[in-house]
Amino acid sequence: MSASSAKPIVEVRQLSKLYRIGGIGPTSLRETAEHFFSKFRPNGNGATPRRTERQISPERAGPTPNTFWALRDISFDVQAGEVVGIIGRNGAGKSTLLKVLSRITEPTSGKAILRGRVASLLEVGTGFHPELTGRENIFLNGTILGMKRTEIARKFDEIVDFAGIDAFIDTPVKRYSSGMYVRLAFAVAAHLEPEILIVDEVLAVGDVDFQKKCMGKMGSVAKEGRTILLVSHNIALMETLCSRAVLLRDGSVTSQGSVQAVVSDYLANSELLDSGDLLHLPRLVGTNVARLARVRILDAAHNAGTDFKMGSGMIIELTIKTTGRIAQPWVGITLRTALNQQLFHCANREAGYELPPIEHDCVIECKIAAVNLLPGRYVLDLSLVDARGAIHDELSAAAYFDVVGSDVLESGMPMDHRYGVMYFESQWSVKNGVKP
Amino acid sequence: MTKPAPDYELVIEPSPRWIRIYWRELWEYRDLLVFLVRRDYISKYRQTLLGPAWFIVQPLLTTMMFVIVFGRVAQIPTDGIPGPLFYMCGLLGWNFFSQNVTTGATTFTANAHLFGKVYFPRVILPTAAIISNVVAFVLQFLPFLAFFVYYKFFTTAGVSLHMGWRVIFLPLILLQASIFSLGVSLWMSASTAKYRDIVHLNQFIIQLWMFATPVIYPLSRIPARYEWLVWLNPMAAIVESFRITLLGRGTLGPGVLTSSIVLTVATMVSATIVFQKMERTAVDNI
Repeated sequence: MSASSAKPIVEVRQLSKLYRIGGIGPTSLRETAEHFFSKFRPNGNGATPRRTERQISPERAGPTPNTFWALRDISFDVQAGEVVGIIGRNGAGKSTLLKVLSRITEPTSGKAILRGRVASLLEVGTGFHPELTGRENIFLNGTILGMKRTEIARKFDEIVDFAGIDAFIDTPVKRYSSGMYVRLAFAVAAHLEPEILIVDEVLAVGDVDFQKKCMGKMGSVAKEGRTILLVSHNIALMETLCSRAVLLRDGSVTSQGSVQAVVSDYLANSELLDSGDLLHLPRLVGTNVARLARVRILDAAHNAGTDFKMGSGMIIELTIKTTGRIAQPWVGITLRTALNQQLFHCANREAGYELPPIEHDCVIECKIAAVNLLPGRYVLDLSLVDARGAIHDELSAAAYFDVVGSDVLESGMPMDHRYGVMYFESQWSVKNGVKP
Repeated sequence: MTKPAPDYELVIEPSPRWIRIYWRELWEYRDLLVFLVRRDYISKYRQTLLGPAWFIVQPLLTTMMFVIVFGRVAQIPTDGIPGPLFYMCGLLGWNFFSQNVTTGATTFTANAHLFGKVYFPRVILPTAAIISNVVAFVLQFLPFLAFFVYYKFFTTAGVSLHMGWRVIFLPLILLQASIFSLGVSLWMSASTAKYRDIVHLNQFIIQLWMFATPVIYPLSRIPARYEWLVWLNPMAAIVESFRITLLGRGTLGPGVLTSSIVLTVATMVSATIVFQKMERTAVDNI
């Protein structure tokens, strides 16, 4: 780490950004007129009533109605050569922070000082024009990202090589396959050489092989001593590349420090399910005798959460409310992907466990030793039947959880959803001298 | 290893109220300007049959239409200048302006995606459009020259046509037209970014503006009670200047000329203020 006497290369101080709800001001003359005249109405407060798109928590509400703080008093430093990850759930303000630091939009108050040439990659292929050839787009895209023509010319062969599209370099990109297009776009971006690089989740592009190539490139860029600010949902990637991390929550920094510490804070504080109450959910079948009242998804230490690291343990806790007796209860849990592909059905009977008859409200726990799933969102269906015949309750999509990436196999090559849905540990070996 | 350049420090904070032009930054993005101009050119004419010949065909068709509609049917006088030459000359200046403004007015709306993803000085986009149109202007100048040579040397009307030493002012007039159209573009794009309604108005404004400008009629035919319009419209002086320098015919007093220059500067300065105010947070609106 660089000497503490040096000024930080990125200095963010009390950075705040206020947005109007819905993200827009009056966009037609009519609205402005309404806004103007509403000031003269006896009860007018000058603001046009507006449909709120989401509930704003009181801490984030802005000084006037219909405004909210997307960022509030953000402060952190980045030393030259550090790779810093910015973590947070959707809506925590990550993208807004990147936009402000990339000068795409201006902060409402506070400031940020960047001591070096900045390039930001919020997307690959920004400004690509379909009619232009690969060659022309390399130059156009490169200059849009802030490179000089001479700089691009110098790296041209390297870029084409990296993208692996030599044969098509003089073909308009509209004739490219989507894979080629993305590879070319990333290749240009990968050859930026700013002092400070600001990257959004653009790494999630291309097929697995190319993804590996990109990862390698990111790693080597980081090792060259460049300063990188990285936003990604891929916790595993963060753990591999970053030395430090900043956790955003509701527009504020809630934790910063070593990447391990921040990631565990993030996982610990991931939002709780809305109490997991199931009684209000609609049902197609059921006896009204017994109901699945509540579901909670817990980690191995019984903490509630919706984010689980690949390979970590999980406990599914079900609360059953009953007014009668279930002589031979079977409880089933079906796991599906977000695209409704059924992964497996897990039930007490198949697991070799006979539940005792249920006569009173009770809580049942199902413990899964390791969630061998790749990152993504998974959904649970629940059922409660009596082996004697009655279907007491059946719910689809009763709960969900997210699996976040982690380098569980410790290979330095974290896997993600492009690899499939599940993973297995595997042992590899070579046998010499085996005759064909 | 990369070390931060000691002199390079970028401060991101809410902007001061007054204008600040980052000349150094504009200079650093000069290559982008070049490639944007090239993109405009290529994307417009790749896969077209005639290619760049469209630069010439389009104004020729418009001129033909004007000769028929305004010359033959409406019989609007042309100051003794042969109709085709008169309209072509007027269109040289007017088309340059209207094309600049049509493209420039949509700067924010048409490039919303680009602006949301990457920073560069926004003013580069309308500027690139103007430079592309300068190329178009030069190409459109060729058929004009051909017509000029024909009328000058092969018709009786030739005696009254003079393209003399005043031609040296042509680049200056083009410069004024560029600055004025950039100013109008910035104004229009800033207002369309805020109020989408303006999009529907722009096309109409430009059409109306053409009729308020001596494109299809000579400046000398404007009735005295509408003369104030000429003073308020810098394009009137610009289009008329084109006729004076290229055809040796036209009426332009020093008053109108001065007023057009003053208004051009005023438009550009005010547009810069409005545009800068808008570009800081335009992404939040579009």
